[in-house]
Amino acid sequence: MSTATAEKTAPLQWNYAPAPESVDPQFRKRYDLFIDGKFVAPAEGNYRPSINPARETTLAEVADATAPDVDKAVKAARKAYTKIWSKMSGKERGKYIYRIARLLQERAREFAVAETMNGGKSIRESRDTDIPLAAAHFFYYAGWADKLEYAFPGRKAKSLGVCGQVIPWNFPLLMAAWKIAPALATGNTVVLKPADTTPLTAMKLAELIQDAGLPAGVVNIIPGGRPTGAAIVQHPDIDKIAFTGSTAVGKWIQKELAGTKKRYTLELGGKAANIIFEDAAIDQAVEGIINAIFFNQGHVCCAGSRLLVQEGVADTVIAKLKQRMATLIIGDPLDKNTDIGAINSKEQLGRIEALVASGAEEGAEMWQPSCELPAKGFWFRPTLFTNVSQSHRICRDEIFGPVLSILTFRTEDEAVEKANNTAYGLSGGVWTDKGAKIFKVTRQVRAGVIWANTFNKFDPTSPFGGYKESGIGREGGWHGLQPYVELE
Amino acid sequence: MVYGTKGYRFNSCRARQISVVTGELIMQASQQPYPNWQPSPAVDQVGVEERIARLNTRSIKKESKVQALKLALSMIDQTTLEGSDSAGKVKQMCYKALHVHDALPGLPHVAAVCVYPTMVRVAKAELKSSGIHVAAVATAFPSGQADHDTKIQDLRYAISEGADEVDMVISRGAYLRGEYNYVYDEIAEFKSICGDVHLKVILETGELGTLDRVRHASDLALAAGGDFIKTSTGKVQPAATQPVTLVMLEAVRDFHQRTGQKRGMKPAGGIKTAKQAIQYLVIVNETLGPDWLTPDLFRFGASTLTNDILMQLVKESTGVYQSSDYFSQAG
Amino acid sequence: MSTRVPVQKTYKLYIGGEFPRSESGRTFDFNDAKGRHIANVSRGSRKDFRNAVVVARSAQKSWAGKSAYNRGQILYRLGEMVEGRRDQFIAELQQQGSSVADARREVDDTIDTLIHYAGWSDKYQQLFSTVNPVASPHFSFSVPEPTGVVALIAPQDSALLGLVNYLAPIIVGGNTVIALASDKKPLSAITFSEVIATSDVPAGVVNILTGYRSELLSQIAGHMDVNAVVYAGDNVEDRKTIQSQASLNVKRAIFSEKQSQSPYAILATQETKTTWHPIGL
Repeated sequence: MSTATAEKTAPLQWNYAPAPESVDPQFRKRYDLFIDGKFVAPAEGNYRPSINPARETTLAEVADATAPDVDKAVKAARKAYTKIWSKMSGKERGKYIYRIARLLQERAREFAVAETMNGGKSIRESRDTDIPLAAAHFFYYAGWADKLEYAFPGRKAKSLGVCGQVIPWNFPLLMAAWKIAPALATGNTVVLKPADTTPLTAMKLAELIQDAGLPAGVVNIIPGGRPTGAAIVQHPDIDKIAFTGSTAVGKWIQKELAGTKKRYTLELGGKAANIIFEDAAIDQAVEGIINAIFFNQGHVCCAGSRLLVQEGVADTVIAKLKQRMATLIIGDPLDKNTDIGAINSKEQLGRIEALVASGAEEGAEMWQPSCELPAKGFWFRPTLFTNVSQSHRICRDEIFGPVLSILTFRTEDEAVEKANNTAYGLSGGVWTDKGAKIFKVTRQVRAGVIWANTFNKFDPTSPFGGYKESGIGREGGWHGLQPYVELE
Repeated sequence: MVYGTKGYRFNSCRARQISVVTGELIMQASQQPYPNWQPSPAVDQVGVEERIARLNTRSIKKESKVQALKLALSMIDQTTLEGSDSAGKVKQMCYKALHVHDALPGLPHVAAVCVYPTMVRVAKAELKSSGIHVAAVATAFPSGQADHDTKIQDLRYAISEGADEVDMVISRGAYLRGEYNYVYDEIAEFKSICGDVHLKVILETGELGTLDRVRHASDLALAAGGDFIKTSTGKVQPAATQPVTLVMLEAVRDFHQRTGQKRGMKPAGGIKTAKQAIQYLVIVNETLGPDWLTPDLFRFGASTLTNDILMQLVKESTGVYQSSDYFSQAG
Repeated sequence: MSTRVPVQKTYKLYIGGEFPRSESGRTFDFNDAKGRHIANVSRGSRKDFRNAVVVARSAQKSWAGKSAYNRGQILYRLGEMVEGRRDQFIAELQQQGSSVADARREVDDTIDTLIHYAGWSDKYQQLFSTVNPVASPHFSFSVPEPTGVVALIAPQDSALLGLVNYLAPIIVGGNTVIALASDKKPLSAITFSEVIATSDVPAGVVNILTGYRSELLSQIAGHMDVNAVVYAGDNVEDRKTIQSQASLNVKRAIFSEKQSQSPYAILATQETKTTWHPIGL
């Protein structure tokens, strides 16, 4: 169709200028362990550098806790539990937790910048998701503290004691909030170990907890690596272990705790199916697929890493997906326009690269948008695989990176069968315009969280956790109280 | 027999009079048109709003901001559509269109002025060969509530007065009754009358109620031959919104994907600030790509946007925030 | 005058609605307190357990798919049928060492337990479901769903009531179960399976094995197609074995020394599924 009669104007080549976030993250040069309300040097005197994965520069040195430090932290937590926290009324406990929530809201931007610098995630996500959700989580559970008598009809909820909590590197502050908030609300005290690559926002949280005036020893934060985590799991005076991380480590913990009275909750890996039916709102589904797999560089246990598309719309969906992927901006995580930031660590980049290589070797077809990557730091282009079969490793193993495997299906039954053909069961997605089909399919998918016509939504009121090898127990909402109480 | 997209009713008496003017129909070897079996895709409102919210987080700074502001300026259909419009008012507006802000050299002129058909001759005389188009609203603007012949007469009058572009309104009453063939045929007939005159099809999305209908009406208008699809008359609230614009741009994108034809889009009404304009450009850029970043394919229908953009441009060049006292009104 | 010779009962396994002998061909002696031979009880093997898991898995989806009302009716029917066989159960408990008063009480409590859980079938969901008031324009709700196939290591001391106390909350929640009966008092479990077989409980929903705990525990807890194992007992070594093996597939290992009637007993073998959907036009 010819358009107007007049001369044509050449389209504009429009590149967004850099828009870096400039708030100072207020890092100290060195962080000690936070035990009994004070920052103390580690027993063995070891510190490790914590880096910015986008630039490979050191941000701060962080103490590495070893078994004696764990013991010290547990003793502090036990003392605080016995002497103070378990005796305090729920009303007063709640006010402390509210304080944490408020202080975090006030310093939200500073924490967002810190999170982005230490973990590599885009500032858009840390600013709009991680930090606000962390504050909201504290706010939500603060309100439960004086209402536990209404929570479990016919039973009295009793606190457990000292909780050992080990959290991952993908949502460092948010996972700390998910662990600490319900534990405190229910009257427990905490020994928390952040991940070794991303301890900085947890250490800043320790400062904030000091500012909040929380009684000494109620929350102890001791960074370290796997040996530190193992020492927490094995410590005899811990009543409950809460772990978020890989399924392999989760299995080890479950086994390690065998024969003990320790309770445990595990939030482990996933390989979620994101099912697109042909009657779905296609453009929103494409956006949902993008959010499902490229959110936080795919470092998300509930990522929609297996795309199941009904054959009638597969070509359209894949074409639109490629078009959309080409608009993703990859680079400096501190730039407000960045969509995909840095891979969290060199090790993780290596794991992603190895699995992607296996995908190509096993005959799947790889596609990536052409985009320049920064010279320094750890990066991986958003990637999709077509011609994927159920038996390919990229379809079975959790990649934990921005890599999508696409399979097609013909009927609803086939979609459900493929979705469930996995050892995992954390999450799933269903896209269709038909209400009845949503209920039919979401009921059949064996997973703890199902997003219908949306994906990767989180809220403190909404329970999260997996079926099968994706874990045991729920975090968030009323359900998230259960793992931290004994019902008498 | 003319086929529309799926869901159209085949009961229009006008259907047989209209030639097939679009590339929408897929032809088989015998040249018998197949209907497009695919229905307009469903649209999820919350998903659209989330996408818009995310696009609005784009931070456009420095030189990319100046580029965007100049581009937005060049895309404006400087509009006056009041009962009180007079030759004097239109002349003033045309002068402003030609000289948006002489104090700042190197600025583009706006794309067009948009007036009632009775003002087309006045505007043409003012704008001459400046390259600024004259657009006329026609076909019983804004309600579309007139009989068919009156609309045709209105349209022919606007063209005969010299309009380069015509902004028509669809018959929303017929559309909401499900008389899709009627609406389709009307657009197709108007386009055949327009010939080379650019036809913008106003959907009046504020009266359509849902984004599903916005999408469907967009598909219909594109299939019927509209050069542009346009959100609103400016006389109904809500007028242009970003979610509606995104859905319409997606229709333009899918139409291009299917047919290879590039059609345009014009949000109109309620776009008052430079910030909003930049947000719209981001939506265009990331939905349709840079090919659509031209006044040939994207316009803003606005009456007061120009000066806000100018104030921003002057601020970018001088570093100080501006006052409207220093910028001449459009009329 | 000739006295009639009674026909003795053969105690077999109950798998998939049928009463097979152990595929291993093994049995173990069951004698009463006075040492009189009562029965050769089938000594179930790990292969019997494997077979039971297969039928339990295939029965699970349709059992969970039945209406809650229907599952409640079936449990109620179980109670009715035990009531009808009251005398048989009392006598059998006496054979296994109970006094007549204890036996009567145990049977009565068993019936009442079944009726109690029959009533929970369409109520526990309402206690444990939530509508989550999320901050975004979405409808988010969480409902319990059965974890799937559950292995139950039944209590050693309470042959009938102990079994039913644990079994009823598992099945009322839509799970299917493979129960390992007490190896000290195995008879009531098998007779109870006869009740199941005649009470509209679909084949495969409840499977009952007799055999040696010590032999089977590790195999049961390690099976990769079992979602949860419920252990009724306080033996620390058993618990350690179970949880170690359970970790192979992150099985839910549920330890409970005593079980009282409660919806929380149902919750123990439920998952929570949260579903989100946008609210819009």
